[in-house]
Order: sequence, then structure tokens, then C-alpha cells
Amino acid sequence: MDTRIVGQVKRVNGPIIEARGITDALMQELVQVGEARLTGEIIKLQDGEAIIQVYEDTTGIAPGHNIYGTGAPLSVELGPGLIGTIYDGIQRPLEELEQISGIYIEKGISRPSLNREKIWPFVPLLKEGEPVEGGQVFASVQESQRINHKLLIPPDVKGTIASIKPEGEYTVEEEVAVVRTEKGDVPLRMYQRWPIRRPRPVKKRRPLEIPLLTGQRVIDALFPLAKGGTVAIPGGFGTGKTMTQHAVAKWCDADLIVYIGCGERGNEMTDVLTEFPELIDPRTGRSLMERTILIANTSNMPVSAREASIYTGITLAEYYRDMGLHVAIMADSTSRWAEALRELSGRMEEMPAEEGFPAYLPTRIAEFYERAGYMTCLCGEEGSVSVIGAVSPPGGDFSEPVTQHTKRFVRCFWALDRQLANARHYPAIGWLESYSEYTDDVSPFWAEKAGKEFLDNRRTIMELLQKEVKLQQVIKLVGPDALPDSQRFITEVCTLFKNAFLQQNAFDDIDKYSTVEKQTRMLAVIVGYFDRGNEAIKAGVPLAKIHRMPVLQDISKMKLTIPNDDPDQFDRLMLKMERGFAKLEELYV
Amino acid sequence: MSKDAPQIDEKRLLAGREYVGVDRIDGPLVFIKNTHPVGYQELVECVDPAGKVRLGMVLDTSDEVVCVQVFEGTAGLNMPGTSARFMGEPLTLGVTKEMLGRVFNGLGVPRDEGPVPVATAELDVNGRPINPTSRAYPRDFIQTGISVIDGMNTLIRGQKLPIFSGNGLPHNELAAQITRQARIKGEASDFAIVFAAMGVKNDVAQFFIRTFEESGVLDKVALFLSLADDPSIERIITPKTALTLAEHLAFDCDMHVLVIMTDMSNYCESLREISTLRGEIPSRKGYPGYLYSNLAEIYERAGMIKGRAGSITQIPILTMPNDDISHPIPDLSGYITEGQIVFEREMHGRNLYPPVAGLPSLSRLMKDGIGDGMTRKDHPHLSSQLFAAYSYVKDVRNLASVIGEEELTPLDKQYMEFGERFEREFVNQKHDENRSIEETLDIGWSVLKALPAEELHRVTDEEIEEFFY
Repeated sequence: MDTRIVGQVKRVNGPIIEARGITDALMQELVQVGEARLTGEIIKLQDGEAIIQVYEDTTGIAPGHNIYGTGAPLSVELGPGLIGTIYDGIQRPLEELEQISGIYIEKGISRPSLNREKIWPFVPLLKEGEPVEGGQVFASVQESQRINHKLLIPPDVKGTIASIKPEGEYTVEEEVAVVRTEKGDVPLRMYQRWPIRRPRPVKKRRPLEIPLLTGQRVIDALFPLAKGGTVAIPGGFGTGKTMTQHAVAKWCDADLIVYIGCGERGNEMTDVLTEFPELIDPRTGRSLMERTILIANTSNMPVSAREASIYTGITLAEYYRDMGLHVAIMADSTSRWAEALRELSGRMEEMPAEEGFPAYLPTRIAEFYERAGYMTCLCGEEGSVSVIGAVSPPGGDFSEPVTQHTKRFVRCFWALDRQLANARHYPAIGWLESYSEYTDDVSPFWAEKAGKEFLDNRRTIMELLQKEVKLQQVIKLVGPDALPDSQRFITEVCTLFKNAFLQQNAFDDIDKYSTVEKQTRMLAVIVGYFDRGNEAIKAGVPLAKIHRMPVLQDISKMKLTIPNDDPDQFDRLMLKMERGFAKLEELYV
Repeated sequence: MSKDAPQIDEKRLLAGREYVGVDRIDGPLVFIKNTHPVGYQELVECVDPAGKVRLGMVLDTSDEVVCVQVFEGTAGLNMPGTSARFMGEPLTLGVTKEMLGRVFNGLGVPRDEGPVPVATAELDVNGRPINPTSRAYPRDFIQTGISVIDGMNTLIRGQKLPIFSGNGLPHNELAAQITRQARIKGEASDFAIVFAAMGVKNDVAQFFIRTFEESGVLDKVALFLSLADDPSIERIITPKTALTLAEHLAFDCDMHVLVIMTDMSNYCESLREISTLRGEIPSRKGYPGYLYSNLAEIYERAGMIKGRAGSITQIPILTMPNDDISHPIPDLSGYITEGQIVFEREMHGRNLYPPVAGLPSLSRLMKDGIGDGMTRKDHPHLSSQLFAAYSYVKDVRNLASVIGEEELTPLDKQYMEFGERFEREFVNQKHDENRSIEETLDIGWSVLKALPAEELHRVTDEEIEEFFY
């Protein structure tokens, strides 16, 4: 336990503590407050005084209590054992805390983030005498069935391997190798520490060209996210931010998911904890929990730890990226994080900018999202961190500061629409307000996997959706009967597209996840229906007859009836549709 | 931790010390200079000039001055004649099962003639965050007998489901009806009701007491009343006191506790009052920036715990100022609670009871508590279908108000008919009507008959076959 006293408490105001008699405390140093040893961080130093934000409840802290320095900034432990664990905002393992303090989280308790007793199978990949530099892989550990955890030389270490342990089983704390550097020998363990507010270094940023496939049709087909990209999901309460995040976390093709529950409901984390271990990843056939790290700082947990949780999460993600993995982060919700900033800023009596938020809010948002990217890592492999951030605008009003500033720094925007949510149309991603700047970047991928036709179909349907808005305005004024059949047909196709394609049932076994092929085929069916119907209308078939074609029922239920692994059924559906139209045309032409 | 020992002794010693005279009184806040080091959120006993003790809590502590909020108000205090004792520990509530059937004030002091109950445990009223890994995910369906709740916005045991209402709307009647009728399918269990009233009128409190009396559950109810004419500051502590008892009953005594809190808007206003007095930087509409965290500390004290038999289900009631759902109080509540039952004045005007607006109402925990084996297998799809169809009804009504009902297409006219039947037959029911879930779902299918089968996109063909025809 640290005994270096760096100052005394002067004033307590919620999670913010003013301290006096500050000696050699460092900026952003991790400190412990009082004999209860509450974890805190120095955020301001001035004239022998400091301001400390405390990550735990400060009840009972009084002026005069000692403040102990740890000499290091707020850091996380990186090593095998992270996956499948649930942490709080400052990387305390919640399951172990439960063993100490029961169902409530008591103050001042701490446990090492990584289990010290657990034994891991260590496989050395380098030999004595080999030169190494920061970020290089020196050994590997099979962390879970699907994740081969590569042990990396810490980024600031360069030299030659002086010694390395043979293959065998070790705990994370045992010394497994020694690197001889210019400054002396550096022992290596299976874990390393990294300050959460500092991005981990990489060799090079790469362009974003590969989509992060989510199996959610409205996302993959209309508003794709690239691996290494950033997206914001804004929506008022009840519009399905968390549901969308859960769906993406479950089915996206990332190697690893870091799910940050930042200032949200406790039961939502419980939901993830109970549901994920039982869900099977369609790509690997393994439990989804084997690729998930959870960070839970629920709304009733201390507000400063909420501020830190976002950085804790992204640092873990960067560490796995550095091994050459594709990591996706879900941050739910960044608004709560921004509000934590506001609360702390208010308690420090800083001059507020918009709606009480501090003036540095946009800088902080930008810093966070810029830690995403598709990188060539120091070890030479390619890896990515994609950030999916939920935003909870007050009153569902997107003009508020957090949404607006976030919009400046993300390239993809999935706007959740209240009206769609009210109609229980999920995912409630509105097609008019949402956009993705990655659409063109990932087009070559789609052209290769799904054919050029897919891109054309996509364009067709987007145009139809735009046209429909205009037509609906007309309908509102004069009623649908005033429109010619060809235009009413557009509105009908759009309705069909929304029901049959965009709306997706996350709880249906067949519908919850769609492969690239299924999405391509479904889109082709709907655009095919539009093209063929147009021809028929031109040939004189009345819309009412087309509307009554039995195949329409099949199309609108194809998402529920045709499984991912049986795309041949789409051929039969197309055939049935063609026959239906041919029969109608025979009658009327 | 050997250093700890002398400090605690010192604390006990200092706790007995009484400071005579305070330096500033501002609203419910009292400022005292030159004290010993006082802990944050410590309990304070203020003795007024007449010798009566009022409880308070430390809001801000520093070397120079301590700021105390006095829960029973500061009226009648003077600067030289008031003294303060710092108790060295946070505000606690002595809890026991015997508190059921009794009436207390916001601080847990008996308001009825009965004796002070003998506490079996002293608990910190501020509560502590529940470890998310200790929570059990709530999935037990509670049948309230009210179709619009059971069918469309199902209440789950351990859920926090608020009623967003407005002045003059029948939220009290609905809450009373829920407490009368709520039960778990095929299970008789040990239950209790904790009722917290913040700044509500005497009549409202009497209404609830009468309801509990009539349904014969009064000895299962603990009431914490901080009425409209009590000091507004007391409201800040009332829900916390009530929830402290609820936690004890649920997690120590294995009871299923239903907590009704009314009116959360009054609680938030008291919070704003304190915040303004302290000169804090406000966020929206003058409410403090920590309103979200503060509400979360209340709402998150609901749920179920692994390995414990009890549960806490919360039904907070709040009146939306000016019926505005985007007002910070309902807005922030909606972000924390697991759904909301929203009242609509227009429906109330049309004599529909309960006037629950179909579309903005929501139960987030519904998905895991309904369906085969829990309610009935057609429930999930049926409710989704009703929502979808009713949402289209709203569009059609808008259209009809512009072009006139006669101009609607035949299909749209069918939707108008469906909307009318949905509201009159499904939503609307009597104050004492207790429908089983099967009845509710059957009514749902029967109102859907206003529509042609092809329009039912959200239900499967088999369900149409079995229930629709």
C-alpha cells in the first residue's frame, strides 16, 4: 500500500475534492483519498493545491484527511484474462468485488484487474538473443477458444531478448522474459499497464475499405459502417439505441467486442451478462461471451468513474487491435459521459459553454473518436477499432450540443426515429436523416461479394425512398386516389421495402441476422418487383390487381421464412413473381 | 490500517461536540464556520431555539465552512440561538418488518399514534450501488388485469415502470387499481407495498390509504408521507427513506415489494431549489446538471438479486409540467426507467380509462417476460401487430382531418374502424375490471378483425389460422 502522502483534503463537494499542502503530486496521478483509500485522479494543480476527482462515493471524507500518491497515472492492466470479464469504469473486476462485499459495491475495495492465480498456457515465439522492438509479438497465449492472445513487447521497450521462459503454464505475474535494453534489463510479464488517456502507438493509419458486417439489413445495405470507422446512434428514450447496440454487438463480424455500459441501466448489463454466454456466434459456432469484454458503470455508480469508463474501454480495444484483431466498441451512452464531464466541470465552478457543458466538450469528443481507425500495428499486422457510440439527446432533440459535436467527428450517423419506434419498427434507423460517408469506401467490397447489381439496386431503392417523401406530402393534401397508378406503386413498393426489408426482428431466429447473400437477394426481389410491376402498369394492368397478387405475401414474409443457408428459395420466389405478373399481363394486354 | 483507529475515536469524541450559533441561514441551508473537520454527507442534528431537534445533512464541507441542508426546514431558526451537532455518520434509517401497516414522515419518524418501531438494522438511506453482476434479470410477468398494460406494456416483477401523467389525469386511480389487482400468474407470495408521497395533497394520500384499506392490504403497506404542506426539503429524502425500507424487505426479508412514489416532479423541484440556493451552474430549465445521476440513484434501487427471493418493483408517478414529455423530468426519467406508461389528455377527454397513449408508452422488459410458457405464445407478435396497426391509424386520422373521412380509401376506412374499436374495447375498461391475460389477448384479436388478414404483417400465418378466424 502506498504511503507517500501528497497532501490533505481541504474541501469535499460530491466527487470533487480540493486538496491543500500538495507536495510532488503529478498531473493526472492516481491517488488514494483518506484511510478508506478511495481511488481518485488529480485533474488540476495550482499554488500548492490540487483538485481531485474521486471515482467512489465520498460520503464521510472530511477536511484534513490524507491523500496518498501512487506515482502513476490512471492505468489499466492489459493481458490474458480480460475476455469474458465484467469490469467497472476503472477496471475493477465486478465479479470478484461481489465476493468481497456482496450485492452492494462498498467503498475503498479493490482487486487486481487480472486474476493473479489463474494459470495460462504460455508459448514463446522468440529465442534468446533475438532483437525486439516495441509492439512486437514475443509469445502467445490461448485466451479463449477463439482468441489467440499475442503477448506484445511494451511500446517503449527496444533491445534484445536476454532470456525467455520455455513453453509452459504461468500466472500473469510471473516473469516470462527479460529484454536487454540500452537502459538496462526490462523484465516482461504476461500483462502490462497502459495509461487510459493516452492512445497506444501504431505504425500507420490505413484507408477504411472493408465494411463491418452487422447482419442488420438497414445498416449493411443502406448505411454501412467500415471496419475502423465511427458511428453515432442518436435517439430519444425508447427509440432502441440499446437494442441496436445489442444487435450489432451480437452479430457483427468483429473479432472482439468491448461493450461499455456508461451511465445506463443495471438491468441492461445483466441482460448482456445472461444472454451473451448462451448466444452462438454464427461465424465461429462459439459462445458470444468468448469475444466480449464488458465495462459496466451504471447510472447509480459514481459519476467520475463514468467519465473514465470510456477511456478504459477504448484502451482495452486498442490493446487487442495491436495484436492484429478487429475490435468493435459499443459505448452506451456517450451522452452520459458528456454529462459526467458537465457535472464535474460544474462542481469545479468552471465557466460553462452551451447548456452548462464545459467548453472543452468538443475536444474531448474528438479525442475519443479519433482513437478509432484501421491501422498497421507495430507488430506489422493489420487491426482496427470501430466505435459505435450511442447518443441520448434530451427530449430527442438532435440540435443539442452532444449530438451536434459528435456529428462533427463521426462519419456515419444512424438517426433513430421516434415515429418508427412508436410503430415498433425496429431497428428504428430513419432513412432520411441517417447517412454514411463509408458507402463509397466499401462499394468495391460489395461489388466483389454481391455483384455490381447490388449497388444499382441500392441506388434505385434510395431514390424511391426520397421520391416517396414527396408523394406522401401530396397524398396528405389530396388523398391517395388523386395519384396515377405508377406513382402510387412507388409508395406501395416503399411500404413493402420498409416492412419486408428494413424492419428486422431481433428476437426471431431466422430474421435476427442476415448474411450478405440474403440481403442481396432480398433487395433484388424487391427491386425486381418494382421493375416488373412498372412494366405491368405501363402495359395496362391496374394497380389494384398487382396489389392482390398472392406472391406479395411471400415477399413480405421472406425475411421470416427463408433462412440464411437456403438462398435457392429466392429463385423460386422470383419465379413465382414472374409467373404472377405474366398471368396478369395475359389478362390485360 | 492501524492509523484508522485513533481517527475513529476522535470522530466519536467530536460527534458529541455542539456548536452554538450558525453563520448564515438561506432557505433550507445552514452554514456553520470554524468547525472540526466534518465528513461529507454526515448527519447533523440542528437544535432550534425552542430546543426541538431537526435533522440535516452535510452538503459541502471544507476547512472554513460547512453547508448543511435541514430536512425539516429552517423556519424559526435564528443565528445565535441555533446549535448543531455533527453525528460522524451518514443519515440512517432503523428498519424492521414491523414498519408495515404504519405511517411515517419523510425521514421515517412515525406520523401515526403508534410507538417508534424497534429496528432490526440501521441502514444508510443513501443506499449503495448494486453490483451489476449480482442482479438477476427480471422476467416474471405481473398480471395487472389492465389490458393496455398487460397486453401492450407488460409489467415485470423487478421493473421500474413510471406513469407519466398530467395534472387532473387519473394516475392515482390507475396506480391504485394496479396495487389492487397485480398478481403473478398462479402464485401466492409474500408481498408488501411501500408508498412514498412527495409534496402531494392530503386528499391524495387519503385516497391511497382508503384504497389500501378497502382492499384489505393496509397492514402490508408502509407509508412515507411528506405532504404538500410539509417543508419542501423533506421531499429530497422521502424516496430514499422509503427505498431503504423496501430494500430491507426485499433482500433481507424475501418479500416482493411494490414501491409507489408520487410525485417525482415535486422531488425534482426541491432538488432544483437547493441547487439554485447553492449557486450551482444549472443545466436545462434551471435543474442541476446532476439531476440524471440523482434520479438514477433512486430508480436503480429496483430489481432482483441472484439468490434472493424478494424483489423491488417501482411505479413512480410524475406529472409532466404542461403535459410536455420533453421536459427534463420525464425526459431524464425515461432514460433511466425501463419504459413508461404515458397518459394522454385527449383520450381522457373522450372518457377513455385508462387514458394510456398507445404509441409513446413502452415496457422494455416485456420482451423477456411474455410468450409461450409465460403469457401465451401469440402475445409478442400480437402486441407488435397492434402497435403497428394503431400507429397507422394515427396517420390515417391525420389524413382524414385534412381531406375528410369520405375521401379515404376503403382500406384506410377499415383502419379508422380498427382504431375506434381498439380504443373503446381494448384500452377502455372499468376501474374495477380485472381482465385475465387470455381475455386481454382475445380482445386484441377481436379488434384486429376490423382489418383484412393480408394487412397483418407482424403475425405468422399459423397465428392467424389459430386466433384470427
